[in-house]
Amino acid sequence: MSKKLLAGPYLIWMIGFTIIPLALIVYYGLTDRSGAFTLENVLAIATAEHAKALWLSLGLSLAATLICLLLAYPLAMVLRSRGKGASGFMVFIFILPMWMNFLLRTLAWQTLLEKNGVINGILSALHLPTQSLINTWGAIILGMVYNFLPFMVLPIYNVLSKIDDNTINAARDLGADSFQTFLYVLLPLSVPGVISGITMVFVPALTTFVISSLLGGSKILLIGNVIEQEFTRGSNWNLGSGLSLVMMVFILISMALLAKYDKNGEGSTF
Amino acid sequence: MNQPLIDLQHISKSFDGTMVLDDLCLTVKENSFVTLLGPSGCGKTTTLRIIGGFESPDQGKVIFDGQDITRLPANKRPLNTVFQKYALFTHMTIAENIAFGLKIRNKPKAYIQDKIKYALKLVNLDGYENRSVDSLSGGQQQRIAIARAIVNEPRLLLLDEPLGALDLKLRQDMQYELIRLKNELGITFIYVTHDQEEALTMSDTIVVMNQGYIQQMGSPESIYNEPENAFVADFIGDSNIVPGTMIRDELVEIFGARFACVDKGFGTNRPVDVVIRPEDIDLVEPGQGTLSGVVTHLIFKGVHYEMEVTTPDGFEWLVHSTDLFPVGKKVDLRVDPFDIQIMNKPASEDEEAMGVNE
Repeated sequence: MSKKLLAGPYLIWMIGFTIIPLALIVYYGLTDRSGAFTLENVLAIATAEHAKALWLSLGLSLAATLICLLLAYPLAMVLRSRGKGASGFMVFIFILPMWMNFLLRTLAWQTLLEKNGVINGILSALHLPTQSLINTWGAIILGMVYNFLPFMVLPIYNVLSKIDDNTINAARDLGADSFQTFLYVLLPLSVPGVISGITMVFVPALTTFVISSLLGGSKILLIGNVIEQEFTRGSNWNLGSGLSLVMMVFILISMALLAKYDKNGEGSTF
Repeated sequence: MNQPLIDLQHISKSFDGTMVLDDLCLTVKENSFVTLLGPSGCGKTTTLRIIGGFESPDQGKVIFDGQDITRLPANKRPLNTVFQKYALFTHMTIAENIAFGLKIRNKPKAYIQDKIKYALKLVNLDGYENRSVDSLSGGQQQRIAIARAIVNEPRLLLLDEPLGALDLKLRQDMQYELIRLKNELGITFIYVTHDQEEALTMSDTIVVMNQGYIQQMGSPESIYNEPENAFVADFIGDSNIVPGTMIRDELVEIFGARFACVDKGFGTNRPVDVVIRPEDIDLVEPGQGTLSGVVTHLIFKGVHYEMEVTTPDGFEWLVHSTDLFPVGKKVDLRVDPFDIQIMNKPASEDEEAMGVNE
């Protein structure tokens, strides 16, 4: 009884800040301004403008997730092969940018990529043609990778570092070369970390509106920007909620797909 | 067999400047059960890892059946290893674990299926093909680890403290199991352990190691009955190690009392170490033995009583006997000549580490 009481504060928190807001979003999403039931807000995703934003969001966040994975996995492998002390320091260096404000980091990239920004300044000083870097898909992907990469490295490193050296030695002992050892032993054993990393990068990347508005300008709209605008400028909470519900369904589906590959259930958030 | 299966030639290895193995030479004959025995840090596991190919020696050669395999990577060596904590692949079923080495070598499917069945039968786990690793107990996991190694038909099996994580009863069962497997398969075993009882039970040759040196190598009987130095005597079983003086051949003086023994060739009036096993000391009524003392400690151990007898010089003799002598009783010690083992005194600490046979 007394132990159950300890869960009380969290329960109140969860009801107040998760359950009720979620219920409100479902309510707003399925009603119109007068409060009558409608599916219009949800089906609005099919309109050309919204569908384009959704597909672009999916595409860019998938690309960012893939790049993060390709960068993070080799790094995690290197960290694993180092001694505990050395790898600890490298992980520390790696997550150091995370101590800086997220907004500040993204603004810094804006300054770097701008038309008259630092990178183009250096290029013109070297008499090289300046590039249009900002307000492109590439800039958004870069911002996503930069901000979310540590979330990919940490879970993968975590899983890899827990694999016993002798498990790898056993594979070698049984005749597997380094590549076979990686393919048949290391990679499958690290799947929970990879799943966890993908989840932690893909979901925030899919729903971001800060990165896209700072590095993508006003012309590139991600679904996150569309929803944000409905709530702020458009003041159409019903439409914003309806689109949010669609997003949630998308995220749930992708998580369910990932969970199929994660038999142990260690990495999955669902 | 004329040439040995494994021939370690002058192996040296150090980690971060610390010498782990120093000029180690060891030969292992085909079809033998050799145990590397010693306290942790004695270099036994490093020796095994050098044979397995997980560590390369700084100096020296590893010869396998006449071939130099010193630089051969682990996956190309014609031997298999059973690891300390089993190191099974937890993402695979039992059958997949056992099949791993065979699949890597592209053996036909039917052959692999036969081998899995055969191996599971051999380790008494028929029908476990589709179980997961996590659903098995420690002892069962160890059997699978052994099955996974032997399906590859290695000529040499390395076992790195394979029973270390099991409880006493299971460990004893597995010891018999391993002896049976060894006899059925006819392959050579090199076994690493710090458990002297395990070594005595299973091996036909024991290699006692300390601080990177081989202290003594021989049959379990010779290691136990004729330890060559104080380290071996102390490490294998309980023993009383006392300073003595070799008066002449077959006569040794301990604390002023003269004991007949069977050792020769130590010269005259030479200081030596004397080893007497606790079970080799007979306690008799005062006046009937060689050395007198008083029982100062008594513990019932089940099979026998463990007593401490203090002699006037202050030495506490450890005595195992099925006869009870209560604390405070005056007794005499008597030892049969062939139960007294004489050893040279080490001249220095270095020589002590190297052992007397180096």
